[in-house]
Parts: sequence; C-alpha cells; structure tokens
Amino acid sequence: MKLPPLLVHVAVFIGAALVSVYSAAADARLAEPDSARQRELVHIVRQDCGSCHGLTLNGGLGPALTATALSDKPLEGLVATIIGGRPGTPMPPFRGIVTETEAQWIVDQLRRGFPPDTGLPAAQALN
Amino acid sequence: MTARSTRLAPPLLWSILLPAIVLLLSACSATAPVALRGSGDLGVVIERADGRVKIIETTARSVLATVDGLGDLSHASVVFSRDARHAFVFGRDGGLTKVDLLEAKIVGRVVQAGNAIGGSISHDGRLVVVQNYEPGGIKAFDANTLELLADVPAASEDGRRSKVVGLADLSGQRFIYSLFELGEIRITDFSDPRKPLTQRFAGGKQPYDALVTPDGRHYIAGLFGEDGLALVDLWQPELGSRKILAGYGRGEQPLPVYKMPHLRGWSVAGGRAYLPAIGRHEVLVVDTGSWQEVGRIAVKSQPVFAMARPDGREIWVNFAFPDNGWVQVIDTLTGQITHTLQPGRGILHMEFLSKGNEVWMSARDDNRVLIYDTATKKPVGGFDASSPSGIFFTTRAARTGF
Repeated sequence: MKLPPLLVHVAVFIGAALVSVYSAAADARLAEPDSARQRELVHIVRQDCGSCHGLTLNGGLGPALTATALSDKPLEGLVATIIGGRPGTPMPPFRGIVTETEAQWIVDQLRRGFPPDTGLPAAQALN
Repeated sequence: MTARSTRLAPPLLWSILLPAIVLLLSACSATAPVALRGSGDLGVVIERADGRVKIIETTARSVLATVDGLGDLSHASVVFSRDARHAFVFGRDGGLTKVDLLEAKIVGRVVQAGNAIGGSISHDGRLVVVQNYEPGGIKAFDANTLELLADVPAASEDGRRSKVVGLADLSGQRFIYSLFELGEIRITDFSDPRKPLTQRFAGGKQPYDALVTPDGRHYIAGLFGEDGLALVDLWQPELGSRKILAGYGRGEQPLPVYKMPHLRGWSVAGGRAYLPAIGRHEVLVVDTGSWQEVGRIAVKSQPVFAMARPDGREIWVNFAFPDNGWVQVIDTLTGQITHTLQPGRGILHMEFLSKGNEVWMSARDDNRVLIYDTATKKPVGGFDASSPSGIFFTTRAARTGF
C-alpha cells in the first residue's frame, strides 16, 4: 500500500507538533515542582544541605551557595553536582532524593537568592 | 516669717503620697529576682533558625526563658563555665555569645570569624577557644571578658589555610584539634596565651570530627577521606599518632553520607568505644585497651551520633537525612539493637540527664523537644521549640571533652 506523499508530510507535521506541545507541557510541569514540593525542597536545601553549606548558605564544610558565589558557575555543572555528588569530597549524590528537574529548579532558586524555609507541614497532615 | 515657707506638705497631700510611695517601692521589689536557685539542672536548647536559645530546667522539665539575638545558630554548640552559670554559645557565623543562665540574658558577644563550627573551654575555665572554618584556625578568648588573647591560624608552611574540626580541651591550657584539608592533628598550648605553642601530628585524609576520651587520655579523629581513624595517646604524645580500624570499609564502595557523624567522648562505655562508621550503615565497636575492632553493629542508616547513656549500658543512635526520624538503641551487654524508635521528624540531637534516666531529643521538623524515659523508652514530656537542634545540659561543665 502506498500513501500519498502529501498525506505523509501532513501526518509527520501534525505528529511533530503534538510531540512538541506534549513535551513543552511536560517541561513546564516538571521545571516547576508543585508548591508543596517546592516547600519541601526549600526545607531540604536550608536544613539538610545547610548542615554542610550553612542555614544561610554562606558555607561551612561545603562552599557557599549564595547567588554571588554561584554567579559564575554553569547551570549544568551545578545540577550534575547535586544529582551525582562530587567524588573525593563530602558532597553526596542526591539522585533518588531529588529529580534532575527539581535540581534545576533548586539551582535556579539559588541563583536568584534562595527563599526562606517555612518548615514542613504539621505531622498530622502527612499521615 | 521664713518658718511658713519651709512648712511640710499638708497632711492631706501626705495621706495620698505615702501609700503611693509604699506601693511603688513594693512593686519594685516584686520585679526583682524572686528566688535563689542552682544551675545544676539547667540547660540550653538551640532554636537554630531563629538565632535564639531556650533556657530549660530539667527537674520540672520546663522552659525558664528565651534569649534572642545570637546570630546564625545552624550547627551551634555550647560549653559551660565551671560554675555552670554561663553558657558560651558558638554560632555558625563566628559569633561567640556568653549567656547568663540565671539572669537569662546575654552578658557578652563577639563576632570573631566568618564561619565557625564550635568551641571549647580550658580546664581552669579561664580560656574559651573557638574553632573556625573561615578563616581556618583557632582563637582563644578570656572567658570573663571575651577579649581576644590569641589567634592561631591553621596553615601549612606555604600558607594554605585549613578548616578546623574536632576541637577538644586537654589538661593545662591545651587544646587539640584536626585540620580538614591539611590532614593534621595539632595541639596548641595557651599557658602563655600571648605566646601559644603548637605541636603537630599526622592525622589522615579529611578528618571531619574528633573526640577526646572522658579520661582525657586518647584523642580520636574520624576520617572522611579514608577508612580508618587517627589516634593519639595523650599520655605519650612522643609516640605520635597512629591509625586504628584501618580499612574498615573492606574496599567496598561507601554509601552516600548526607550528614557527617559527630564524635564526642560520650560514645565510650564499658571499655569500648562505639564509633559511627562513615559511608557504612554500621556502628564500629573498638576495645579501648588494645584499640582493636571487636565488633560492628548494623544499624538503620548512616549514624550521626552514637551516644552512651551515662551508665554505659545503652548506646542511642540517630541518623543522617533522609532517615533522621529514626533512633535505635543498642544494648552494650549483648551488642544487639533492642529498640527502634520513631520519636519525631528530624531528630538532630540527644542529650542524657547526668544519671541517664531521661534523654531529651530535638525533633527539628516537628518543632518539638521530646523527653523520653530511658527505662521505658516512652515519652514523659516535651515542649515546643522552633527548629530545635542542639540540647546542652550544664552537667557538661564538669566533663573533659565537652
């Protein structure tokens, strides 16, 4: 069976458009974690990353993570450090704890000046 | 006549003035400190996110007061004056704050460095020494006035500075500490605080914290960069340092460490030291006579604190993120875990009453301090605190290494 070339072109075009719309939507959804998750991520960064980088992110055993300190560091490298850690240093991999898109969101927030921690929701709300 | 002009106020006016004066005077005396009290049952709880401490008393398990204005208290620690009246609070931002526990107020404060990690007090109580990450080194202060007496950089011959970890008090006016980047152990003697003298020992790769045993004889530095710990016999420092538990990871790939373990003399019990392994979900057990490994106990996650109940019968262990809601109890007689508890979210610290009948735990993510009976392992009290981290009782004033 032979399809007319025009039909093939139209089908490919529509298919590509659908895929790009879908992936754009997925990107938008992933790039911005929902507000509850954002609150959790802020809490993790301030409190748990803070045990080495400081609650104010001015550094400790680990380097400072302030907007100024990160201004000349490429995004991909910072995301890779969060996900994969930094062998030979105490920086552990957070793979399995945060996703790559969450790590991107964290880096983006760090570069803007990280938001304050509003704590976790009360325990009874969790379960 | 002049007599008229010196006449006293009319009796009617006095009848109003006198009771008023009496009332005012009695009001004054009512606001003065009401009662004498000791400080032996007091303590301090760090509210890390708010730069605040709560002064607590352990007899009625109550909060006496809140003291504000201590700066960045993430990773804050506290030592006490010998009379247990004053707490010296070391903040992350280099702040050193002296708090009067009885009057519940700040009586001295200096911001002495860019980034600090803790401190220590000399055996005679006269010197407070702070360990700094940035710039790396230690500084000695007069415990009365907080006047800077000495600044000892932690630097190599070529001037590279190193973060200081694992500071502890030794006899005399000596302090021992480890250098993270330079991998050294140093002892600085402040007998003449204006002319400090420093001795150097090999440490190991990336020491992250250390302890001095309760008798003050041994110093043990935990190493992040290699499997093993560095040991100095302080009764025979001329022998230098040596490695113990070398290769405890047996060549296996270490697990991620989301929080560095903390070491203090509290992990020594019944002739054994219980040390959190790094990158392994184990507590290592070492004989403190031979310094040989005598066992290892599998635990739930990366241990942070392994703390002996003061009688030595139990070791309570808490864990790094993301398992920081768990606490396990090891029976030192059998070497077995007897209890696995979930007291609350974000258990950062545990502090025993000096006789071990209660343990106070901070549940950071529940904004609560929890008080457990160590015999029943059940809660017997607690109170709200904002992001509580360290809990420090004044009984530490009497102990070496605290």
